[in-house]
Amino acid sequence: MKSLKAQKHDLSDPQVQLDVINNHSAKLKALPSFREKLEEMDLFPLRPTGIEIFQINVGYMCNMTCKHCHVDAGPDREEMMSKETFAYCLDALRSSDINIVDLTGGAPEMNPHFRWFVEEVSKMGKHVIVRSNLTILTTTPKYQALPEFFAEHGVEVTCSLPFYSKSRTDRQRGKGTYDKSVQALQTLNEIGYGRDDTGLELNLVYNPAGAFLPGDQGQMEQDFKRELKRKHDIVFNNLFTITNLPISRYLNFLLMSGNLDEYMEKLIMSFNPAAAEGVMCRDTISIGWDGSLYDCDFNQMLEMKTNSETPSHIKDWDEELLNEREIRINQHCFGCTAGAGSSCGGQTT
Amino acid sequence: MKKTYYNPEDLKKFEDITDFQEELGEKFFEYYGAVFEEGALTAREKSLIALAVAHAVQCPYCIDAYTTDTLEKGVTEEQMMEAVHVAGAIRGGASLVHSTQMMNQVNKLSM
Ligand code: SF4
Ligand code: SF4
Repeated sequence: MKSLKAQKHDLSDPQVQLDVINNHSAKLKALPSFREKLEEMDLFPLRPTGIEIFQINVGYMCNMTCKHCHVDAGPDREEMMSKETFAYCLDALRSSDINIVDLTGGAPEMNPHFRWFVEEVSKMGKHVIVRSNLTILTTTPKYQALPEFFAEHGVEVTCSLPFYSKSRTDRQRGKGTYDKSVQALQTLNEIGYGRDDTGLELNLVYNPAGAFLPGDQGQMEQDFKRELKRKHDIVFNNLFTITNLPISRYLNFLLMSGNLDEYMEKLIMSFNPAAAEGVMCRDTISIGWDGSLYDCDFNQMLEMKTNSETPSHIKDWDEELLNEREIRINQHCFGCTAGAGSSCGGQTT
Repeated sequence: MKKTYYNPEDLKKFEDITDFQEELGEKFFEYYGAVFEEGALTAREKSLIALAVAHAVQCPYCIDAYTTDTLEKGVTEEQMMEAVHVAGAIRGGASLVHSTQMMNQVNKLSM
C-alpha cells in the first residue's frame, strides 16, 4: 500500500482535510465548533499550562502503512530530521527544564541519527520515550539490537498494539503484524521491559480498529494484561487508549466507509469539558522533521504551525513565549476531548 | 426498497419519548442508566447481555447500539457471535421445550 502522498490523493493536502471535516455535508456544517465549545467553558483562547513534553517527529518514513495512520507514514515517505535540526533540538533542551523527550514518526528508529540523538539526550539526564511500532524491532540485525540499546539508556518504550487478537490487529496494521509484535514484546520482556522491578517501562497503545471510540482505559488494560499473559506470557506496564482523530488516512477510511458524519457527531456529542482542560497541547510542544514547531502531532500533519506571534522553528526556541502562545484549534480537536479524553499518554481524565 | 419502517436516525430521537410523557420517560432513562452501570456484573458483561437480548427481541436499533458498545468495550467478534448464539439457543430451546406439551397431548390422545 502506498501513502496518500505517493498516490497524489486529494486528502494528502491538509487544506482539503480541513475542508472535509468542516464542510463535507450540511450535517457537519451544522455541528457546533470546537471554538464554541471552549468559549462556553471560558477556555478560549486555549493556552498552555506549561511545556513538559518535547515531542519530536523525527520523520515520516515507516516500515508499515497502517490504514488508520494520521501521519500518512510509509516506506515511500522520505521526510527525515537532519543532524543539524537535531542539534537545534539539543540546544533547546539544554536551555530548558523540560525533562521528557518523546520520539515519534513514522518509525523513529529509521532515522539515521536516531541512536546518536538518544545518546545525547540521555547524557543530559532527560527521560526519553520512543514510540515504536514493534514490528521494526524484528526486521534486520540493526533494529533487532535496539531493545538492548533502549535498556542501556533507560528509554521508555511505548508501542502500538491495536488489539490482543490477530485478526483485528492485522486488519488495521497489515498481515503478519500481530505475530511480529508478539515476538518483539517477548524480546523486550526477556531483557526486563515491562517487569515491575527493573524500571524499564513498557507501555502499549490501543486505538480502535474502526469508526468507534475507545472503551474505558482501566478495563481495557485489565483485558489486555490478562489475554497477553494467557496467550503469550507477555507483561507490560500501562495501556494507553487513544481516540483516532479524523485526519489523513483515518479520515480517508471514514469517508470511504460512509462513517464520517456519524463519527464527527459522536465525537462532538461526547465532548467532555474535563478532557478539554487536559488536552495534551497544553503541556506538549511538537517539533516537525524540518524543525517547524506545532501545538501537537495532529496539527503538524495539518501543517498548522504554532501561532504566528511565537517562534515557528526550533532554532528560534523561546520557551517563555511558547508557554504563552494561543493554541491553534479546529474540528479535529474534538478527538482529544471525547469521553474520557485522549492524548499520546492515553486517557486524560 | 427505499422507505422502511426503521430509520437509523430515529435512534438519536430515543430521548424525545419524554415529549409525550415526561415523567415516565425520565424514570425509564434513569433506570436504564443505572442498569448499565458497573455492578456485580461488569459494564462489559452487561453490554454483551444487551447484545444477545437485542437479537432475541430483534430490535435493529439495539443491535446497532450494542454492536458499537461491545466493540468499544474491547469485545472480540468471536465473543459477540457467541453471545448471539446464546440468544439463538434460548430461542430455539424455548420452542423445542414446548414440544413436551405436544408430546403429552399426543400421548393423552393416542391409544
Ligand atoms: S500508524 Fe505508526 S506504524 Fe502505522 S504507518 Fe503510521 S507511523 Fe507507521
Ligand atoms: S488536536 Fe492538538 S491542538 Fe487540538 S486539542 Fe488535540 S492536542 Fe490540542
